[in-house]
Amino acid sequence: MLCIRKLGKHFGGLTVLEDVSFDVPVGGIFGLIGPNGAGKTTVFNLITGLLRPSTGTLSFEGRDLVGLAPHQVTHLGIARTFQNIRIFKEMTLLENVMVGMHDKLGYGALGPFLNSRAFRSAEAQGRERALELLSWVRLEARAEMLADNLSYGDQRKLEFARALATQPRLLLLDEPVAGMNTAEKTVLMEEIQNISQRGFGVFLIEHDMRFVMGLCDRIVVLNFGRIIAEGSPEEVRNNPEVIEAYLGREDAEETV
Amino acid sequence: MEWLANFWATYSTLVYSIGVYALVALSIWLTLACGLLSLANAAFMGIGAYVSALLSLQAGWPFWAVLVAAGLAPAFVALIIGIPTLRLSGVYLAMATLAFGEVVRIIVLNLDITGGPEGLNGIPQSTRGWHIVAILGLAIYGLARMRRSRTGRAFEAIREDEVAASLMGIHVGRHKLFAFVLGAAMAGVAGGLNAHATFFISPREYGFENAVDILTMVVFGGIGGLVGPMVGAAILTLLPELLRFLHEFRGIFNGLVLVLVVLFLPKGIWEPRRIRALFGLGPREG
Repeated sequence: MLCIRKLGKHFGGLTVLEDVSFDVPVGGIFGLIGPNGAGKTTVFNLITGLLRPSTGTLSFEGRDLVGLAPHQVTHLGIARTFQNIRIFKEMTLLENVMVGMHDKLGYGALGPFLNSRAFRSAEAQGRERALELLSWVRLEARAEMLADNLSYGDQRKLEFARALATQPRLLLLDEPVAGMNTAEKTVLMEEIQNISQRGFGVFLIEHDMRFVMGLCDRIVVLNFGRIIAEGSPEEVRNNPEVIEAYLGREDAEETV
Repeated sequence: MEWLANFWATYSTLVYSIGVYALVALSIWLTLACGLLSLANAAFMGIGAYVSALLSLQAGWPFWAVLVAAGLAPAFVALIIGIPTLRLSGVYLAMATLAFGEVVRIIVLNLDITGGPEGLNGIPQSTRGWHIVAILGLAIYGLARMRRSRTGRAFEAIREDEVAASLMGIHVGRHKLFAFVLGAAMAGVAGGLNAHATFFISPREYGFENAVDILTMVVFGGIGGLVGPMVGAAILTLLPELLRFLHEFRGIFNGLVLVLVVLFLPKGIWEPRRIRALFGLGPREG
């Protein structure tokens, strides 16, 4: 369980997040939604150690996350993807995924130089595991291709596989379908459901309401840095404050 | 055979220089592979050269021990200056390491023990061709193995996207420091070999111009692999000699060649994919 309590973030005089509290279970698909600029990505950046919270606490399965470096957060079992895809473009798909296994390939510093058995077997197993992860997102046939040559939707799928290589318990997806066409969206929706069914907890950010409604078990709504609603997709959809945040308020005086 | 002996007598220094600069070029390649634009390696080479020369001249250490010290001394310095400066990136790191290089040069210029501007004379000529070949071979083997390991992948990931790399569980700072320190050690050993091949060293040889020359070798040769930096080191060491017939114009011609390569072969002379295509071989990753 990821526990967020009274989380706040200020940049100088600007308050980006204020008093944000909710829990994300490790299992199922949890959504954080809100209009552009509501502070959603900031929440992810605080969780993954890219930013330090100004106030409040963050913990994952009882371990405090505040003050940890990004790689330490990864060690605790949290992985993420980025809104603007950040794969390693000049590496092959296989290498991309194997970078995600960095800590799982246990061989000593001298292993590679002596070409030790431990080194060779760890690399071989890592390779096999990477191919398996690529097959989960149906990219294994292109394992030796440079990542730069993939289409936008496939790059996102590669980013999923790479994040899963760190063996996370919770996977944070930052607007996974941003910029995708309808066909790509449908495919990615399936992939996210597959990942969830394999037992990984998924926590995703999105502002495409329709996408989130079909996917998430539970949703939190953020607007201007504050939580305005939490509940099942059905509850959130009918919440007047949420409708107002997305569509604006009907102002009686304006119609005159 | 007599011809060969004559050739060697005239050009052995040049051949040694190619080997030494190949080693230095690989040391810069290592830091570049990790995304660090460092100009400190000329100074590290200088530290290695001076430490080893002084140990030979004043303490009479055996050559092998002198070479070990030539690697360890700059590695230690790199560890100390690396911790604060490697937080910088890009051009800021280049400036900080450049300043460090100047500090080293000026210290060497003003100390008595280093012989000041006159440098050190009479260094025993202990470096043999096979020393350079063996050490360069070891460096190539080590770096080639490293590239195929998780450390090599981590370096490449850091170079491409530091934030994404850190979220893959890679300790970015530690990897950068490792590349920086190992690069310093390699440059230091190269300095030690150089000092014991040339009889004489002075602070001029390890200053700003040299730092830029070394970086040029790597960019000129190509940073995509290990061969490029060595090709660059060989060509840029040989070019001034080959252009001797141009007399006073050779500096201009030398510069012109550099500009043309950078303009038309931005990935360097040695780019595996382009060369394979040139010989009609299929594209392959590597």
